[in-house]
Amino acid sequence: MRKPALVALLLATPLLAACTENVKAADDSGDSRTVSVTSTDDGCELSSAQAPSGTLTFDVTNDGSKVTEFYLLGEDGQRIVGEVENIGPQLSRQLVVSAPEGDYVAACKPGMEGDGIRADFTVTGSDQEPSVSAGDQQQVDQALESYEDYVQDQSDQLVAKTRQFVELYTNGEDDAARALYPEARVHWERIETVAESFGDLDPKTDAREADLEPGQKWTGWHRIEKDLWPPATGYTPLSTKQRAFYADDLLGNIETLDGRVQKLTYTVDQIANGSRGLLEEVASGKVTGEEEIWSHTDLWDFQANVDGARVGYEGLEPIVEHKDPELAQTLEERFAALQKLLDAQKTDDGFVSYDRLSHAEVRQLANAVNALAEPLSELTAVVVS
Amino acid sequence: MTRGLPAGRIGPTEGAVDLPPDDTGEAIGLSASGLTITFGFGPALFRDARGRDRFGIADRQPEALRTLPHFPADVLDPERSYGDLCVQACADDPQVAVHAIRNLARIGFGTVAVRWSQLGFGRTSTTSTSQSTPRNLFGFKDGTANVKAEETSDVAQHVWVADGDDAKAAWLAGGSYLVARRFNMNIEIWDRQSLGDQEDFIGRTKASGAPLSGGTEFTEPDFSMPGSDGPVIPRDAHVRVVHPDFNDGVRMLRRGYNFVDGSDPLGGLNAGLFFIAFMRNPDTQFIPVQNRMAKVDALMEYVKVTGSALFAVPPGIGAGEYVGQALFA
Ligand code: HEM
Repeated sequence: MRKPALVALLLATPLLAACTENVKAADDSGDSRTVSVTSTDDGCELSSAQAPSGTLTFDVTNDGSKVTEFYLLGEDGQRIVGEVENIGPQLSRQLVVSAPEGDYVAACKPGMEGDGIRADFTVTGSDQEPSVSAGDQQQVDQALESYEDYVQDQSDQLVAKTRQFVELYTNGEDDAARALYPEARVHWERIETVAESFGDLDPKTDAREADLEPGQKWTGWHRIEKDLWPPATGYTPLSTKQRAFYADDLLGNIETLDGRVQKLTYTVDQIANGSRGLLEEVASGKVTGEEEIWSHTDLWDFQANVDGARVGYEGLEPIVEHKDPELAQTLEERFAALQKLLDAQKTDDGFVSYDRLSHAEVRQLANAVNALAEPLSELTAVVVS
Repeated sequence: MTRGLPAGRIGPTEGAVDLPPDDTGEAIGLSASGLTITFGFGPALFRDARGRDRFGIADRQPEALRTLPHFPADVLDPERSYGDLCVQACADDPQVAVHAIRNLARIGFGTVAVRWSQLGFGRTSTTSTSQSTPRNLFGFKDGTANVKAEETSDVAQHVWVADGDDAKAAWLAGGSYLVARRFNMNIEIWDRQSLGDQEDFIGRTKASGAPLSGGTEFTEPDFSMPGSDGPVIPRDAHVRVVHPDFNDGVRMLRRGYNFVDGSDPLGGLNAGLFFIAFMRNPDTQFIPVQNRMAKVDALMEYVKVTGSALFAVPPGIGAGEYVGQALFA
């Protein structure tokens, strides 16, 4: 009984070692890169007003009576280099930033109001000087713009395909509706983390039967999915009138979603979190075949989640490339490895049905998802640092 | 067994060589290890699936002893849910707890059969102010704000069924209801959440267990304290969602355990929190709180409920009495 478990553990070791390579080396130059900050209702005390360049750690303790925040700002006192929010009274939180040589402003903001209590902070040159790129802001702007375009475009296509889909479905053209179902869903799944952020719409459009609460009416994609791929026994097909109701309801909600999505703007951490979130969607629903239990079109959703995650990441890649090139390389390799496994399941008109996958194939996909999701969980911290 | 004695009259190694021992033997040399055994009666002991009286006690079925409703995010495995009777063995040494269950199941063959069982470890909740707070598998202290044995008036108000609570089930006075829910945690995904996010999901810090509104572990949370984006204890933080202030003052005695049942078919840990809680009335305590949690709690992203059961636990017994005597008498 013990032997196989041991083998599994041994296999896991090199993988884990690889994932942690990106973690910044522990500070071997003493504690000079760690600064204690004590924030009170009327003070902001730093254990040192300067530090050598590199990865700096600010240990912020709130000795005041109100929630506080700590900021490391650029020389102009405006540009945020790093921040840590929501530090309750008597609690501590850590800010880790990568800071090149230069003049900075440190600020505590007890009560989260006004400009905060500020003091000059100097970073002196050292042999751990982080590389700076003048293109930083430009890279950020570009990432934001291309992500906005992507989401808007996917949302447009989602509306168009959903309209076609519900028309086929209400007209009783079931074969055509079944063929279009996964294609329309792809546009939802590519932007799923954005779509899901509207708590009122998500349960009406994407709820699975098992997610329902007592008294909640089941509507949306999966209601129609079940009607198009009904269980062999014990199921009463929907009438034409019922079909029209569910179809209108779905389209209406998708149009409302689109109206909201077109107005959204993003920040880099939202994009990074979205990218990570999409991989979590894969790990928790698609790789297990729980998303599309009637149609078994899970691999379409799987691919679409990965597409969305990759697009989000690729926009940020130039930033990651210069802040943590090793992470960039790991992510690139693991996106590619996962894509290779997905490509192997492609067919002329899409993907192999989930229920046709062997256990070994599902296992491989799951391992590749974990291998990618683990380093991807560092993305947000890297892009905002 | 609770006194550290063998399960049968003869003993694990004392009997005839041509008979199986009447005690299974794995507890030889171990002390009683604080073994306690708690019994409960499920709804199906009173009535079968069609509502028929099974043992002539249907008229004494407690009002609130019904199969728990389906909650959102319940993906129950019927093989890990429900049951006519419940036997909970708790001990400081799991070998002793298993010994108790194994020998009781053996004695019961022919009269009862085991439907499901769950082994837990590392109790996730403190139930007395003399205990330090243990951690659950999300890595957070669990039990900080639990009902403690020392809070005698809260225990009376929220845990024990009182005389007159239920006219049909006078036998349950002095007893309690036991809710068991098997929460599978999505361990791998949880582990990829940032420290700040994990703390926001729970509403407490991971290090000390202090509420995010500040202080130390046992400081009362201040739910109105503003943070940078809404209250500093977020609206969907677990401790806010289930706190008595937002649930008509309702509390319950949590006494859950961590579990790890090996790995799942995809190599993830099949692990989580075997949530157990005792309360006076599940209809007004567990059910509304669980519903609210299932709807708005940030933790729900990271858990899945795979087992569920409700039992009525009769009061303790005195010398010469048997379990549930008042019910069967
Ligand atoms: C996987 C499932 C769960 C986890 C990991 C979890 C974890 C926690 C943690 C870490 C705390 C804070 C420390 C404490 O006060 O004990 C807590 C508090 C609490 N939990 Fe849970 N819990 C879970 C399920 C539930 C369920 C199902 C209920 C009831 C329906 C519940 C009810 C409570 C209550 C009432 C508190 C105390 C809140 C207060 O008064 O501040 N929990 N839980």
